[in-house]
Amino acid sequence: MSEFSINNVCVLGVAAAVPKQVVYNNDYHLLSENEKRLLIKTTGVEEKRAAPKGITTSDLCFESAIELLNQHGREREEIGIIIFVSQSGDYYLPATSIILQDRLGLPKTCMAFDVGLGCSGYVYGLSIISAMMSASKINKGLLLVGDVSTATCSFEDKSTFPLFGDAGTATLLEYKEDSSAMHFNLQNDGSGYDKIIIKDGGLRNLVSKESLIKKTEAKGITRSPLNVSLSGMDIFNFSVTEVPKTIREFCAFSKKDIQEYDYLLLHQANKLMNETIRKKLKVSKDKVPYSIQKFGNTSSASIPLTIVTELREVCSTSQVSMLLSGFGVGLSWGVCNLDLNKIICPELIEV
Amino acid sequence: MEIQEFIKLLETEFEEEYPDGVTPETKFRELEDWSSMQALIVTALIEVEFEVTMTATDLSKLETIRDLHEMVMSRI
Repeated sequence: MSEFSINNVCVLGVAAAVPKQVVYNNDYHLLSENEKRLLIKTTGVEEKRAAPKGITTSDLCFESAIELLNQHGREREEIGIIIFVSQSGDYYLPATSIILQDRLGLPKTCMAFDVGLGCSGYVYGLSIISAMMSASKINKGLLLVGDVSTATCSFEDKSTFPLFGDAGTATLLEYKEDSSAMHFNLQNDGSGYDKIIIKDGGLRNLVSKESLIKKTEAKGITRSPLNVSLSGMDIFNFSVTEVPKTIREFCAFSKKDIQEYDYLLLHQANKLMNETIRKKLKVSKDKVPYSIQKFGNTSSASIPLTIVTELREVCSTSQVSMLLSGFGVGLSWGVCNLDLNKIICPELIEV
Repeated sequence: MEIQEFIKLLETEFEEEYPDGVTPETKFRELEDWSSMQALIVTALIEVEFEVTMTATDLSKLETIRDLHEMVMSRI
């Protein structure tokens, strides 16, 4: 069982950046008026942000990190670790985190590496950076998390294009003895690897001429093997089954009832799916904030983005206890608790 | 749960889409504009109300609302 606890690490600040360009689902040409209404009713996505060509995930994370570091106002020499969690790096190689170490003016002694996870990435990322900081007493660490998913969605695929939005975030952590413990439950199921997948471009299917050919798989679903494909119904069934189950396991392990948390922050996957999870766990509506209506499904960025857009005021002025859960591509999912106490939380940055 | 009560539950979800309601013999895939999104709404409703998980394969085997009711009841 992948349940464990980490001590002596706390979060000092969270920042998020999105592209300026807004895309409205009511303008989406592949859907009839009735379908648009139904799409917004089920997914919750009214609008989202799309990065223009040339703006990468690392650019959005960079802006978030700079703002956070500026507001924190301390020496960059203190940062001993930077992790970039994303499925949309700058290059096939090298790792994007290393480029960011230099761009952000961090010292060469700051270790840097990438983690290739999506929807579950924030929870996994928190566990990795906290565990390393706790073990090595690294003073400060930066967790950069996000995706530009619109670059790999086919515009002619109504099952993916209206859903995904772009965002990049930064979380600043500190080694601090007597911080409240962070508990984790991390799981995965590789048998569902093809439920959300970009088939070509990796070593299993190298890019070829065929990779560029778009095929119509069903009405309103035209895409190439370089575009993301999504089996919505399978992801739905997986999420509404595994997430409540894992949250219940987590609460038993951490000996704290779900109702004792101020907020339940779910990866912003799909409104209907998240509402199903919320209802199964019997958590009241006011404890489960959403950013999906304005920003869509922003992959691993969705939890920190929701902190910035929906909970900025409360997180920067008081102590808040949260239960987080990320779930999706992999299949991969995780649950953790996060206590925030008057954190640095800049306003949403638009790039 | 009796089928009439089950139908009432479905009808509350689809007030806007199908204002005329449905009957036990309604073939749901033949309803106007039926799509994967309606299927998702039904699946979510069943998951919350009955804690029964319906997969895409399950749904593809069914034709009428009566079939759906029977399958859900058999899994409670």
